[in-house]
Amino acid sequence: MDWVKIDRAGLSILPAAAHIDPLAKVQVALITHGHADHARPGHHQVIATPETLAIMATRYGDDFAEIKTPLRYGEKLKLGDVHVGMAPSGHILGSAQIIVEYQNTRLIAAGDYKRKSDPTCAAFEIVPCDIFITEATFGLPVFRHPDPKAEIERLLKVKSLFPERSILIGAYALGKAQRVIALLRAAGYNAPIYIHGALQNLCNLYQEYGVELGELRPATSTNRGKPSQELEGAIIIAPPSAMNTVWARRLSDPLNVFASGWMQVRQRAKQRGVEFPLILSDHADWDDLLATIEAVNPGEVWVTHGREDALIHACQQRGISARALSLIGYDEAME
Amino acid sequence: MRRFSELLEALIFSPRRTVKLAHLSGWLREAPHPDRGWGLAGLTGDLSFSHVKAGVVRELASEVSSPELFALSYDFVGDLAETVALLWPASPAHDGTEAAEDLRLSAVIASLADTPRAGIKPLLAGYMDRANVAERWALLKLATGGMRVGVSGRMARTALAHAFDRDIAEIEEIWPLISPPYDDLFDWLEGRTKRPEAEGRAVFRPMMLAHPIDEGMQEGFVPDDWQIEWKWDGARIQLVSAEDGVRLFSRTGDDVSASFPELVTEMKWKGVLDGELLAGTPEEVGSFNDLQQRLNRKRVTSRMQKDFPVFIRAYDILFLGDKDLRNLPLSQRRTWLETEVTRIETDQKDAPKLDLSACLTVDNFASLQVIKEQADPRIEGVMLKKADSPYIAGRPKGHWFKLKRNPKHADLVILYAQRGHGKRSSFYSDYTLGAWRDGEDGPELVPVCKAYSGFSDTELRQLDKFVRAHTINRFGPVREVEHKIVVEVAFDQLHNSKRHKSGIAMRFPRFHAIRWDKPAEEADNVAYLKRFIPDKDV
Repeated sequence: MDWVKIDRAGLSILPAAAHIDPLAKVQVALITHGHADHARPGHHQVIATPETLAIMATRYGDDFAEIKTPLRYGEKLKLGDVHVGMAPSGHILGSAQIIVEYQNTRLIAAGDYKRKSDPTCAAFEIVPCDIFITEATFGLPVFRHPDPKAEIERLLKVKSLFPERSILIGAYALGKAQRVIALLRAAGYNAPIYIHGALQNLCNLYQEYGVELGELRPATSTNRGKPSQELEGAIIIAPPSAMNTVWARRLSDPLNVFASGWMQVRQRAKQRGVEFPLILSDHADWDDLLATIEAVNPGEVWVTHGREDALIHACQQRGISARALSLIGYDEAME
Repeated sequence: MRRFSELLEALIFSPRRTVKLAHLSGWLREAPHPDRGWGLAGLTGDLSFSHVKAGVVRELASEVSSPELFALSYDFVGDLAETVALLWPASPAHDGTEAAEDLRLSAVIASLADTPRAGIKPLLAGYMDRANVAERWALLKLATGGMRVGVSGRMARTALAHAFDRDIAEIEEIWPLISPPYDDLFDWLEGRTKRPEAEGRAVFRPMMLAHPIDEGMQEGFVPDDWQIEWKWDGARIQLVSAEDGVRLFSRTGDDVSASFPELVTEMKWKGVLDGELLAGTPEEVGSFNDLQQRLNRKRVTSRMQKDFPVFIRAYDILFLGDKDLRNLPLSQRRTWLETEVTRIETDQKDAPKLDLSACLTVDNFASLQVIKEQADPRIEGVMLKKADSPYIAGRPKGHWFKLKRNPKHADLVILYAQRGHGKRSSFYSDYTLGAWRDGEDGPELVPVCKAYSGFSDTELRQLDKFVRAHTINRFGPVREVEHKIVVEVAFDQLHNSKRHKSGIAMRFPRFHAIRWDKPAEEADNVAYLKRFIPDKDV
């Protein structure tokens, strides 16, 4: 395999003169999804789904790249002698597996992906290939994510036990926050949901792309640093980083919820001062990683980031050739 | 097991005591017996299966995944019970939505207790296959001991009192008399039988505690209404001698007899005494540091007994034989105490070493203030006990008071800050403070104490703002701040300490005033602070 290399910017496809999710500025960037560690500003050309391009424009401004080339799911594009295509990866709005075909070999960079249902994005599509490049964020057998609907029901049950308490849900601003809102709406929660300012533009964008989020209101406070009456008994969504800051003082005695796959580990949840761990992940869990690899049935598995030791061990136990790419720079805090 | 596991989940994630209590008392009322009794024992740490070893759990986990995957998982999660609970494959026959019949808490406890060591592994594996994640976690925690869900014995008993609308003092009183699954406790709580009694056993009687003195007490203070004693810097202790032996209990009712074999030798005298455990001899009282050489030791050599002798300075009598004296006024109990302490000494040459706490006489309140400041450094202050006070478990109002020596003060610099818990979780409220000393490269600040109280809400806001704006380094949750803020810290005592980098340890440091006006260079140095160390310590 001499046409794919790891260089200082990450995964490089030599005959296409392009990088996938480059970690440094490059000429041509193929981007799997809009999370900041994968989609960085400043490349000359960005090829991504229209949704991912829109997310990048929202976060970085319209001039995040000189040339923006939309590539829809199912469409193909030729770069040199290389065919490039996109397939949904089920991670967040617009997230894609990047399909690279060259000299009768098909390589798929799956980016971040999940297999559980998500009303805010298209479901992961199985595409058979020769080389499957996977993440391993939750690549340990201790991670088995529960059914998202059951998790939301559990949350609403607790909410009914403490009707006067505000529920403060920490959720990453892109993807997780919108998924939590959509799941709450699907579970029949119709009251206005209050959101932190950092979520506003991204929620607007999701709504423009047809994701129903219901009535959203800014979680403002007229009196800085003092609890706001309007927020009593309401559901408020904020980025996790805001949960223990001055911002959160506008809530009197909130129930602290954190929506993340990491919440499966009690000690982690406790360390963060979480009162209600909402186990909701945008990544494949252990069983789904293995099931996906089995379904894609590649000749070889490359693991980009996460708990690669365990996943590689499990692949080898199953007779699948696997190796680590050890790409440093992808951030797990987004989960 | 299902409900118990749900209770544990609720407890572990509730940061607040009131919420924990509500969860606990609800469960105590509603869970069937004897499940609730066994669960209660598990929570209070009164349950142990010494033949269930953590090694068995590790072996099981390696077998169901692989040694490599288990090792990687354990390394990531950090807690054995949790790792295995999560890693255990969900059985297709049992998806965990239905509670398994034979997973009843009491049945599981009985099987764990009855199964010999060799049978534990298949027994646990069988349970794990039929349980969900939370049940597996609860099962492993119960079997291997150590719940760590933030429930103290006191909290569990308070929850019992709430659940059955009883006085906590009554629950405390009978607690030492009962054992899991507490049939007699629940029979009494639910009105089926009378209260359990000691009947000749050497059991702990909950202690009476004092309040800090009230400013208003100076007005109309009549010395004759009070029994006044020194407040010694030792450990509160209860000596119980009954038909089945002699025992020594700590303030919280823990049996500490094993640490002090010389105090629990056979006694002809029977009854219950309350007093202070002190290092040294009645003639020459040792320091708290000396006493610490003897505290919390499971085994004590005769060498240690010789090097660090201990004795009991008695100040109250609760029982004489089976006779309960606690309802008598203190003045009458004192008469009994004096007679009995003399009797113990004269009747038996090898009796545990005891003496009487002296009563002080003062003319007025002002002279109290004077004598406490002039007293021996081993003395923490004075105790004022109403002469007519009965002995009431807990901290009843209006009977006993403590008047501590004036605190000592030091000007220290804030070095590090950490966020608090619960309502303070958004504030940097826990501070590490330092004093100057001469380092290799000139003067340097070295940590001398941690303090997290004594400031007002407004001051906390100001401090929090300062920390956020002046952070120079982060170590996980800890922020190092610019060395700018001087705090006048009040503390009760200062000792030499080998464990601290500064070589000194402060007792009960708290904020007295924030000296916004004072530059950090003018804060105190370690050499100055060492002057507060009592002479005998040096």
